[in-house]
Amino acid sequence: MAKTLSADTVQDALAPLLRYVLRLMQTPEPAPGRYGPYGGRYVAETLMPALDELTHAYEESQRDPEFQAELDSLLHHYAGRPTPTYFASRLSEEVGSRIWLKREDLCHTGAHKVNNTIGQILLAKRMGKTRIIAETGAGQHGVATATSCALMGLPCEVYMGAEDVRRQAPNVRRMELLGAKVHSVKSGSATLKDAMNEALRDWVTNVRTTHYCVGSVAGPHPYPLIVRDFQAVIGKEARAQMIEQAGKLPDAVVACVGGGSNAMGIFAGFVDDESVRLIGVEAAGEGVTTGRHAAPLCAGGVGVLHGSKSYVLQTADGQIQEAHSISAGLDYPGVGPEHAWLKDTGRATYGAVTDAQALDAFQQLCRTEGIIPALETSHAFAYLPVVVEELGDDADILVCLSGRGDKDLDTVLAQLKSRS
Amino acid sequence: MGRIADAFAKAKKENRAALVIYLCAGDPDLRTTEDLVVAAAESGADVIELGIPFSDPTADGPAIQRASERSLAAGTTLAKVLDTVSAIRRRTDVPILLFGYYNPILSYGEQKVVEDAAARGADGFLVVDLPPEESDGLRRPAIAKGLDFVPLIAPTSDRERVAKAAAAATSFIYYVSMTGVTGSKATDLASASERAGALQRELGRPIAIGFGVKTKEDIATVAPHVDGVVVGSAVVRLVEEAESATAALSTVRTLVAELASGTVRQ
Repeated sequence: MAKTLSADTVQDALAPLLRYVLRLMQTPEPAPGRYGPYGGRYVAETLMPALDELTHAYEESQRDPEFQAELDSLLHHYAGRPTPTYFASRLSEEVGSRIWLKREDLCHTGAHKVNNTIGQILLAKRMGKTRIIAETGAGQHGVATATSCALMGLPCEVYMGAEDVRRQAPNVRRMELLGAKVHSVKSGSATLKDAMNEALRDWVTNVRTTHYCVGSVAGPHPYPLIVRDFQAVIGKEARAQMIEQAGKLPDAVVACVGGGSNAMGIFAGFVDDESVRLIGVEAAGEGVTTGRHAAPLCAGGVGVLHGSKSYVLQTADGQIQEAHSISAGLDYPGVGPEHAWLKDTGRATYGAVTDAQALDAFQQLCRTEGIIPALETSHAFAYLPVVVEELGDDADILVCLSGRGDKDLDTVLAQLKSRS
Repeated sequence: MGRIADAFAKAKKENRAALVIYLCAGDPDLRTTEDLVVAAAESGADVIELGIPFSDPTADGPAIQRASERSLAAGTTLAKVLDTVSAIRRRTDVPILLFGYYNPILSYGEQKVVEDAAARGADGFLVVDLPPEESDGLRRPAIAKGLDFVPLIAPTSDRERVAKAAAAATSFIYYVSMTGVTGSKATDLASASERAGALQRELGRPIAIGFGVKTKEDIATVAPHVDGVVVGSAVVRLVEEAESATAALSTVRTLVAELASGTVRQ
């Protein structure tokens, strides 16, 4: 039954192999910690060995079934995973198409941030670190870190911009109740960027004993990788849930992007599904043309901030500019390096919505679904009309509902009052 | 040899450690910086580290953070710092090591910054957040133009990383005395100096110790062990506290002269 050997059959047989080899030649294996030209490690020499140590510890933990079992168990019994995927019928009626919500707001602590902090604090214990530091913007990562530290009995110090301490007061109280010490950072714009500067200064001083629990897919390698992997549970669950509940993959996945951890987490589940559009939504603040925004992917340039190369907001002279957003969690002039690469390659697209649009979307979700979203998350919802316009009414759109909005009530009520 | 290596060799011949003085360019303004560099050189500084201000100086303590803020508020840019190097070069031959963070350099263009720095008479680069593995884009053109690239060794650097730094070095290696930011209180300068001295012998390359070195006594502790010593925040604080540019020049002269007297090996 053997086929006759001819030039054609040999060519047919070899074609897949040839294509594979060609693809390998075209896309050389990137250096560890690189996403195309982005990522890398731009930090003081003092921190380089700690980043190596963290990389090795993380790789080992990935091969250790006990570590994975402990992580899975905590995510399930403590953090409340899996979180539901919910069909938002009334919101769908208002904005069109079929809108599905991945309910990360139902995670313990009220946001997706805990997925990462449980993983990193387990890792810190594994490395024998005795002290944890973190930066926080909206306070959600700070609360999640303080929570994970209380859970595992480690002392925790959180750096937070003075401006954010003011506008996210409930989260400051929460962190203190959880036993964390909150440092109010007054330098620079007194927001997330400056909190991260101060956390890096602490780390460079106490690096031998301390693990720096970075909250986003930003920072030097291996942080963008580690945080994405710990957040990938969002996308993994959501993909299976969509197949089960909708009977198909979504046509688009939408998430807000500050540093970009919830977006990377949910994108990770769909990045290999070419039919699924990945859409990130940045904070346009008062408008991307006003200079008062937090949208480096939409309106920034390539630069190096906080240890990695990515898109940043900067002056013509390479000074980092202050970001502006109504949402403290998006108020950051940088973005994770993998988002920069997803943008350049076209695998994901990025848009931006203003403070006012986010505020409208916030209220819409409250009224239509009885869900109070975080102001960060509200940016993803505010972009839905654009997505629906492109995809039409017969589409399934999955939104990462990354956090709940109780922490934002003061800000929102003050804004609404000033509007009326 | 370049000016920096020459300065280290000259100091060694005179049985003293080379004194490296850091000044933040543009603090309080670039005209004063020019005068401060000349004054420091005349008072005994062997090498000047000329700081390029950056909005997010994560390796610096409060003194240099504030100096950077003052400088940026006064409108300093990397291009203007390079022009100041030209002005300084017309008045003194003191080696000038440009010291800063990577983003302003990346934004200016690595090849272009090397060409412009060389044309204006600068002698090298030390970039705090550019470890050897990320440094090729700046280091290669710098070496091609005869400029130095100064890598750092930290107390946490293992043998492999020390070897990487040594391989990247062209003149001296900067040894960070402790884990911390600039201007911190030195914890144990004596044992840091001994470790750095052992490394200097092993690597056969000059080492300068910085971070937490403030006084003549500190320098006297360091000088017997290594070929160079760096003082930064202590000088920057004097500039901050001075009521006028003239007063700053006067106090910086006095401090640098005193520090220089500590560099002589007994």
